[in-house]
Amino acid sequence: MTYRFGGIDEHWEEPFPSAKRNPGATMKIHEFQAKDVLRSYGVAVPEGQVATTPEEAEEIATRLGGRVVVKAQIHAGGRGKGGGVKLVESAAEAREAAEQILGMQLVTHQTGPEGQKVKQVLVEAASQIERELYLGITLDRVTSRNVVMASQEGGVEIEEVAARTPEKILRETVDPAVGLRPFQATRLAFRLGFEGKAVRQASGFIMALYKAYETADCSIAEINPLVLTSDGDVLALDAKINFDSNGLFRHPDLVELRDLDEEEELEVEASKYDLNYIKLDGEIGCMVNGAGLAMATMDIIKLAGSAPANFLDVGGGASPETVENGFRILLSDKKVKAILINIFGGIVRCDRVAEGVIQARQNIDVTVPIVVRLAGTNAEQAAQMLEQSELNFAVGVGLQDAAEKVVASLKNGGGR
Amino acid sequence: MTILVDETTKVLVQGITGGEGSFHTRQMVEYGTQVVAGVTPGKGGQEFESIPVYDTVADAVSATGATTSVIFVPPPFAADAIMEAAEAGIDLVVCITEGIPVVDMVRAYQYIGVRSTRLIGPNCPGIISPGKCKIGIMPGFIHKAGSVGVISRSGTLTYEAVGQLSDRGIGQSTCIGIGGDPVIGTRFLDAFELFAADDDTKAVVMIGEIGGTAEEEAAEYIQRSFNKPVVGFIAGRTAPPGRRMGHAGAIVAGGKGTAEEKMKAMERANIHVCESPADIGAAVEKVLLTA
Repeated sequence: MTYRFGGIDEHWEEPFPSAKRNPGATMKIHEFQAKDVLRSYGVAVPEGQVATTPEEAEEIATRLGGRVVVKAQIHAGGRGKGGGVKLVESAAEAREAAEQILGMQLVTHQTGPEGQKVKQVLVEAASQIERELYLGITLDRVTSRNVVMASQEGGVEIEEVAARTPEKILRETVDPAVGLRPFQATRLAFRLGFEGKAVRQASGFIMALYKAYETADCSIAEINPLVLTSDGDVLALDAKINFDSNGLFRHPDLVELRDLDEEEELEVEASKYDLNYIKLDGEIGCMVNGAGLAMATMDIIKLAGSAPANFLDVGGGASPETVENGFRILLSDKKVKAILINIFGGIVRCDRVAEGVIQARQNIDVTVPIVVRLAGTNAEQAAQMLEQSELNFAVGVGLQDAAEKVVASLKNGGGR
Repeated sequence: MTILVDETTKVLVQGITGGEGSFHTRQMVEYGTQVVAGVTPGKGGQEFESIPVYDTVADAVSATGATTSVIFVPPPFAADAIMEAAEAGIDLVVCITEGIPVVDMVRAYQYIGVRSTRLIGPNCPGIISPGKCKIGIMPGFIHKAGSVGVISRSGTLTYEAVGQLSDRGIGQSTCIGIGGDPVIGTRFLDAFELFAADDDTKAVVMIGEIGGTAEEEAAEYIQRSFNKPVVGFIAGRTAPPGRRMGHAGAIVAGGKGTAEEKMKAMERANIHVCESPADIGAAVEKVLLTA
């Protein structure tokens, strides 16, 4: 994603138009990519390399001395429990492990029952582990400052530690004017129980991780576990980094790391049209302008007795093209049995939106019932246009009426 | 009376000659807002619709006495624009820009925190005191002057709520869109403190959404020391955890920031919590009758 200074000639017609500029969520990357990024900032990570075939895995393992960990590379967490991580003692075993893992549908608590196909494995030198700890950096929304969190309880879900024994989470809040100070990193190292030369290593690690977090516009940088090896080294055994998508215009190199195979197909498709779409499990497709109203529309569908099939914020424009693309995305979800369009026209005029809806409806074969609710500027004129179009629209008067009508249309059989 | 802005507020527009800046400046002037200056670096000395344009905020302030700024500057430069306004002594900065990197906002928040500047936004529709002053991008005509305060993290959902109020003949004192980002200047709590001090605000509508704990903080304050009736709604009950719902700040993360928790906290504070976004207007009507 690049940002063009001179390229914003279109008006920001509605409040959150750059839902269009930043479609989708925080960008996630694979563990091996995260470790490469961290290494470039001087964060200590185990030696290793990514492989896409068992042969490659064997070669890498040979080079690393045989004793390695073979780790499935998918974005979801919980890979170990799902059988996606294997510790082996020789290069031949590494090859076998890679054979098993590559191509498998790895199911974890984060993937859903269908799992995620593994296309790459990270082959990494195994370490003799003395201690496992936790280290993470993220924004503290209460103070609007970044916070470094650490715990002696590593390798487990940190949310559980936080819920059960909050006193075991150590925190250092970062003053934005001066950044993380070395004394804070050293204090954390001591409180984590490091001793001798490991104190300096640990504080250096924390400083480097913070630098990576801030410079690379991360939304989270999490090392779980951070380990102390029997050689006395401090290393990131696992690493998770997500990026603030608003900051990605500064990092074209990081944008390259995006793996579309890990994302919902329809969401990737929607992002091509600058639509902010998130797939859900219900039957009613919704198309709304503005994120808050989009969520509220999902909520009222639920209250009316059905469930939303998606979140879709079409942003400010709601032009014929936007609406048309929106229809295409909604209808590609085979679960969708009816569509609710809810637009509150502010600066954007409802008659223009109605025009778009009618045009899109003529260009696309929509077989499911459509309920349109337009409010705000020129809403009455828009309702008339929809009625006179002789296309099969139901017009919702107000949010409640629209939700009831679209849910009722399901009971009359819905579409398909 | 109103809070923060009224017919005497002198406004300058940062990014006045850009696409959004010029469009919305016209809209604001048409509404009756006193736009006294614009700032676009390199265009100092020019005029936009007979509004003088300056190269820097400092120049604009010393020449016109503007006390409030509204920012329509693209995201890579918006945090800097906030800091420039604060440094020039602007009292109130309203930042409309969406998409500012969080790292930049953390620094800007710190920067204005040690000065006496209040920030609204970013990623917000702005602030309006109906009939007096509109600073932002909301459609002016749906508003009606009156005595209900509105505070919201959302844009079009705020219009929805305001529309429901105006349709019932219920006017608003001031409506503030506080913004959908994780780092924002004015939070629910701050806005409630302002409404507490405004005698003409008889009730307040708060429209929150999933993510963060700002609604809970506000609920605690309301329970402790806010004596006017409050009607609330939280968007995103059906949102799945771990997914950012359009707004960068609207995400249920690590089991925190759910709609249920927020609604419970608000109910404990005797806030009238609406189950449905369609019920906001009726709920306000009810609390005003019984108040």
